[in-house]
Amino acid sequence: MNVRIPILKPKDTLIVSIQWELDDQTALQFQEDLLTKLHETSARGVVIDLTSIDFIDSFIAKVLGDVISMSSLMGARVVITGIQPAVAITLIELGIRLEDVMTALDLENGLEKLQLELEA
Amino acid sequence: MSDQSSVEILTEWDIVAARQLGRNVAKELGFGTVDQARITTAISELARNIYLYAGQGRIEIQQLTENGMKGILIIAADSGPGIPDVRKVMEDGFTTSGGLGAGLPGVKRLMDDFKIETIQGEGTDIRATKWLR
Repeated sequence: MNVRIPILKPKDTLIVSIQWELDDQTALQFQEDLLTKLHETSARGVVIDLTSIDFIDSFIAKVLGDVISMSSLMGARVVITGIQPAVAITLIELGIRLEDVMTALDLENGLEKLQLELEA
Repeated sequence: MSDQSSVEILTEWDIVAARQLGRNVAKELGFGTVDQARITTAISELARNIYLYAGQGRIEIQQLTENGMKGILIIAADSGPGIPDVRKVMEDGFTTSGGLGAGLPGVKRLMDDFKIETIQGEGTDIRATKWLR
């Protein structure tokens, strides 16, 4: 029942597109897989695309927030892309603030933003 | 009139089952994508609270029809330790689980009606309703 989220690596960036509803175990496995991949590849940037995600609860938000802080400890920047209107509304109503998180409307914008950030 | 179905919460997987059930019912009732997300998220939080604090319990989803209005009722019931200070857990930012769970104030904001009954040593019963507009 445990599925793993594929992590792609074009050039020095990791791209993760979360395509299905995250359960707790998959989310935690993803956290570990992403950090291991960062370590193995020395990638400096990560884009996590959430276009296909139609809700985020506090647990998934915490796992995402944590993986961003953990990546930052390892020297990589993370951009979250594609947050749907329904997800943005429920996260704020729920009282969750993903502060200091780089976000972009879609994957393309996210990659651009990351590139600018890494060149700066 | 009501039509109900429920999921026993024993493991993390049951949290997923409960929110999927809720989302399907919400979709059937004609809720839009934002309300579906609100309902799904509220169920996920309530089911997680049961899993974390009571160990086991039940999420029940009912379809409501009242005065020509349609709605969805989420009942989260457990026979856990109960909540010692309800006023405190209804305060924003209060947590006993190290940041896990946005807590009940968040769930209350996502839904239209929210009622909590808790007896120490006997359990907790939370009822949250969302009406179709």
